[in-house]
Amino acid sequence: MQAVALFGLLLLTLVVFRLPVLPSLQLLYEGALGDKFAVGRTLEKATPLLFTGLGMVVAWRAGAYNIGGEGQFVIGGLSGAWVAKIALGHVQPSGFLIAIILLFSCIGGGLWAGIAGWLQVKRGVEAVISTILLNFVALQALDWAIRGPLQQKARELPQTENLPDAMMLWRPDRQTDLHAGVILALLAAVGIFIYLFRTVGGYRLRLVGSSPGVARASRIPSDAVTVKAFLLSGALCGLAAGVEYTGAAGLIGNGFSQNWGFLGIPVALISGLHPLGAILGALYFGALLAGSENLGRFTESGPTIVYVVQSAAVLGFIAIGAIKRNAPAPMEAEA
Amino acid sequence: MAVDAVLLLQFGAPVAIAAAGETLTQKSGVINIGIEGQMLAGAFFGLLVDSITRNPWLGVLGAVGAALLLALTFAIFSVYLAADQVVVGTAMNLLSLGVTGTLFRAEFGQTGTLSTVPLLPNWHGLDPIVVAGMLGLCVIAFALKRTKWGLAVRAAGEYPDAVEAAGLSVHRLRMQAVTLGGMFAGLGGAYLTLVFTPAFAENMTQGKGFVAIAMVTFGRWNSWRVLVASLAVGAIGALQYWFQAANSAVPYQLFLALPYLTSLLILVIMGKGTRAPAALAREFRRSS
Repeated sequence: MQAVALFGLLLLTLVVFRLPVLPSLQLLYEGALGDKFAVGRTLEKATPLLFTGLGMVVAWRAGAYNIGGEGQFVIGGLSGAWVAKIALGHVQPSGFLIAIILLFSCIGGGLWAGIAGWLQVKRGVEAVISTILLNFVALQALDWAIRGPLQQKARELPQTENLPDAMMLWRPDRQTDLHAGVILALLAAVGIFIYLFRTVGGYRLRLVGSSPGVARASRIPSDAVTVKAFLLSGALCGLAAGVEYTGAAGLIGNGFSQNWGFLGIPVALISGLHPLGAILGALYFGALLAGSENLGRFTESGPTIVYVVQSAAVLGFIAIGAIKRNAPAPMEAEA
Repeated sequence: MAVDAVLLLQFGAPVAIAAAGETLTQKSGVINIGIEGQMLAGAFFGLLVDSITRNPWLGVLGAVGAALLLALTFAIFSVYLAADQVVVGTAMNLLSLGVTGTLFRAEFGQTGTLSTVPLLPNWHGLDPIVVAGMLGLCVIAFALKRTKWGLAVRAAGEYPDAVEAAGLSVHRLRMQAVTLGGMFAGLGGAYLTLVFTPAFAENMTQGKGFVAIAMVTFGRWNSWRVLVASLAVGAIGALQYWFQAANSAVPYQLFLALPYLTSLLILVIMGKGTRAPAALAREFRRSS
């Protein structure tokens, strides 16, 4: 049912932008699922979407409006690149270093989100505003870092050094873009599911988000839970960047984040803020993004067309939810 | 001297105009995160209409109209359907980013500058958009404070139940405040493409709408203080040009980040206990 609705929105978007529907669909299909390269691209794009989508699920479940996934992604990536640069000056490349990079990406992204969480709890600064403002600060920090301390030795381009092959995540097939990060993302989804729905900490987090009054009455330290949700959410966005860095990009330049942090929001929202649903959401939008690249080769369109489908999907889900909620319950209707 | 005034306005004016509208919107109890997208739509559709009709005045109309449509959509979802205002606002921003980005590629290809498109007349940094924006600000400030309608709008933001008890519709008042506020955002967006250089770039508003929202808080929901705050942050945004010219040792990125950092810092310093409308960001459901 939802799949049909999402497909319908895609058709509608194509019509609205006056793209030839059937040829466009074929181009999208070929780009997303047509051959092993296409499938590889789809999975490669779904990977950061799933990580950031999970980040948004965790935050929004706690009632913490984290809109700063973009900044957390950027700072996470920079933290990873920074530790990589230091480590490679002293030791040989190894798989262990990949783990260190990922860890620092988590920490960087988590702390960046933690600033917003802490400010909300301590100073009453709405995270909606602060996380967005921090995005722009992070983007300038990125530009500074890749032209300054983290720039490649040759200093020709504003980007970091390429990671050596031994520090890239495993690839099952060197010809495709697919890398081991997709497995990490799936594990993260299962992990977040278990945390949210099978542990006390996750229960408290959801309670703070869904019924703050009950949480207060139960003496749950709401502030601490909120800050924790921000930290975890930011860590997931940072991890998205670490995996993108070591799995796909290998270096960090100004185009490092393709709006991954921002696009995690629609992934989370259309999955009903459910970690396992986010897998489907990330795959669908990953496929659309991969397909839109192919579409862009033959028409004047780009990934932005996917944003239209995404936002329309979110609005559609909101409308359905609101109509269901506002409709009188059967009992009342009879009375 | 005239040049300095222009620099000051370049960042400050669009923020100030959008913030004037957002003040009205928030006074009615709705926080419209979507003004970033409404500004972006204003910037793009202003230029698009101008490039088609070769008339910048029609461009302004197009900008305001596009923003109005987005604001209306936002209002239907957040006011009538009582959906979460942050969720709807975020979705609207994404929608605007997608629509403007896609149409931009389709209409203008990869180039952004359209040197043949006419610009609005400009007298030493004073242009029709700034004048209209400031007049609009005066009208809003006056209406909020001195008219019956303004009183009702403020009541919708403070204590919506009282508005309903008085026989007025909270939904209608909030719809009006949101759509009017959105038109200001569109006007502020048009400033970016119709005043200095007729050029558009993907996501060219660069968070100016979000800065405007921060300025509303900083100005404590008072139209004049919001204006002063916006111009002050505009001045900070203009600092980068001077420092770039001075070739200082401080990285220029710091100056580019400064308006955002300052906005954040101001919110931190102000802390809790700001005089926000009591029902701000709370959806109102009619009890029937």
